[in-house]
Amino acid sequence: MGQMISLSEISKIIDNWLRATFNPTWTLIIEMVIAGVCVIGLFAVLGLVLVIMERKVSAWIQIRLGPNRVGPKGMFQSMADTVKLLVKEGLTPDGADKFLFNLAPLIAIVVAMLLMAPIAFARDFQMWDINIGVLYVSAVSSVMVISILMAGWASNNKYSLLGAMRSGAQIVSYELSAGLSIIAIVILTGSLSFNEIVHSQVDGWWIFKGHIPVLIAFVIFIIAATAETNRAPFDLAEAESELTAGFHTEYSGMKFALFFLAEYVNVFIVCAIGATLFLGGWMPFHIGSWQGFNQVMDYIPSSIWFMGKTFFLIFLIMWFRWTFPRLRIDQLLNLEWKYLLPISMFNLLLVTAMAILGWHF
Amino acid sequence: MYRETTIVADENQNLAAKEAGDFIINVGPQHPATHGVLHLVITLNGETIKKVEPHLGFIHRSIEKMCESLTYRQFIYVTSRMDYLSSHINNHACALCVEKGMQVEIPGRAKVIRILMDELTRIASHELWLGAMAMDLGAFTPFFHTFRERELINDIMEETCGARLTMNYIVPGGVMQDIHPNFQKKVKDFVKQFTSKIGEMDEIVTGNTIFQNRMKGVGILSKEDAVSFGCTGPAARGSGVSCDTRKIFPYEGYEKLQFDEILENGCDSFARYMIRIREMQQSIRIIEQLIDNIPEGDFQAKTKAVIKLPKGEFYQRVETARGQFGVFIVSEGGTTPYRIKFRSPGFSNLSALDHMARGSKLGDLVAMMGTLDLVIPDIDR
Repeated sequence: MGQMISLSEISKIIDNWLRATFNPTWTLIIEMVIAGVCVIGLFAVLGLVLVIMERKVSAWIQIRLGPNRVGPKGMFQSMADTVKLLVKEGLTPDGADKFLFNLAPLIAIVVAMLLMAPIAFARDFQMWDINIGVLYVSAVSSVMVISILMAGWASNNKYSLLGAMRSGAQIVSYELSAGLSIIAIVILTGSLSFNEIVHSQVDGWWIFKGHIPVLIAFVIFIIAATAETNRAPFDLAEAESELTAGFHTEYSGMKFALFFLAEYVNVFIVCAIGATLFLGGWMPFHIGSWQGFNQVMDYIPSSIWFMGKTFFLIFLIMWFRWTFPRLRIDQLLNLEWKYLLPISMFNLLLVTAMAILGWHF
Repeated sequence: MYRETTIVADENQNLAAKEAGDFIINVGPQHPATHGVLHLVITLNGETIKKVEPHLGFIHRSIEKMCESLTYRQFIYVTSRMDYLSSHINNHACALCVEKGMQVEIPGRAKVIRILMDELTRIASHELWLGAMAMDLGAFTPFFHTFRERELINDIMEETCGARLTMNYIVPGGVMQDIHPNFQKKVKDFVKQFTSKIGEMDEIVTGNTIFQNRMKGVGILSKEDAVSFGCTGPAARGSGVSCDTRKIFPYEGYEKLQFDEILENGCDSFARYMIRIREMQQSIRIIEQLIDNIPEGDFQAKTKAVIKLPKGEFYQRVETARGQFGVFIVSEGGTTPYRIKFRSPGFSNLSALDHMARGSKLGDLVAMMGTLDLVIPDIDR
């Protein structure tokens, strides 16, 4: 396989050079700083790209042009928006609990950053190949709800409080079926490490070789992921027409922007996890014994594969948002407890039977 | 000098029946769901609504009082500002009422133009309602689809009378000026586009499971309640009350036209939704009957420059997109009315909101308000 210059090689070159130049302690520190800067850079880029993508996708669905003034085809619109948000005054309401009010957006953004760590972006390119990656992700993502509850409570606003309470009920419920659908893949793979999950799909992505149970798990995962990131049709936490803006009603300027950024990064992360678990992560698309076709697919860099799959899922979630009306809070909880949870539990049994009997390809 | 008003002197004024655990939120006067400056004081128990108290008066412009100092030709312009989504129909009602007092017969051409304008306005109003209601439920896309069609109607209006919102086109004696030469062609183009695109709405809104779950069995208003609250228009017809003024008290030649009064017996938000969708199709039917049969002749009857109504009382009701709109003029024989009273459909429909909303969730309140199709400047005047 003709491997071109890849992300893993670049990282290896940098690592070797650092090791040759500095002692091991300094190497580790410098590498950590580089990784941190990369994550922050990725955050900024993701925020800009996803915002402009959302606006373009919504414009495309809503038969209009979308942003088209700043830069070529309006591509720099989100940069202009960021500058606006940076120079805006970040108000703190009088009756608010100042400490918690200012802490909440930071927690949101830190949680999103922590979730970046175990994601495999390309072949052999991963910040932290933790052996309990899946568990880590589902554990850390639960902390997100604390920042929303904190924001809603500290704002001292009734709309915010209602939004936060809704969000709490919603995220706690939907984590169950998200977790259960992830476990389906863990059972099939026998590992919690993202790296090993990706490697287990070298002969075919789970969505293809896992038969119908994995397909069901995938659909449930997408629904639960949409709900966990508070995106329409499950955007009850910010339900614009009912609660003005829900938990971030009182936030302005950069504090609001941090929530906004955290939302988009969370969308990216859940889609990246979905792509890793079900769509083979950075694994190229192979068809059985078509040698020529598989070779051509191998020439596409693994990072492109990963990003392509992730952005496909992101597009799917954006498509939901601009097509569906919002659910009501009781319908939302009914959907989870009466339908998704029993289905995913039964599905888990099927997957287990399938794994034991070896019915997958 | 005005004394400073002390509305909230007594903090418990609004909370007369407040119990432990009640959660009171103010929706409005600045809120995205009220589509105007309506203030609702909502008592909640968790997410369940215990009471809805509408507070009005934020956009009260005392239009009725203003009309008393305006002549019979002038006061019609003010009425465009009441229900701004059906200004043609408001103007029409006022013009009819004044004509009743003047005892003047208006030419056939003017009558047909008036009906065409009324029905176009009705479609435009329902289109806007459909988009806004879908937006209340969290679906943003239908808004743009409905506005695409509404834009065509606004273009027709602009060409005909120079305005897109407050038309002031229908005057006592007929219409202000003749229709534009392109009028018939443009209306036909609109009808063609509307009939080919209405199916899109069924796909994206009506057939959507989430949408149906949000609408069916929500905001129940029984037939008896609809009558006792004085509801009219689609809000009442969704509960099976036959109240189409165009059928019961025909005016301007509606009795000669073929169209159906739409009735649904669902009594819920979905019934009110379906009424409006089907009404738009009936309006298209009326337009199709008339657009090729606009009689030749004058567009305005010969009237005096200064209108004087004989002493007496005159009442005229018409069917707007929201229900029955009535104009009551008391004349002392002069050039200005002694007293004018408007009966606006939105006010009565709003009064049913509390009854409908009790016991349902906060999210449903928005859907109910959406299906009542409230226009706040019409309620407050």
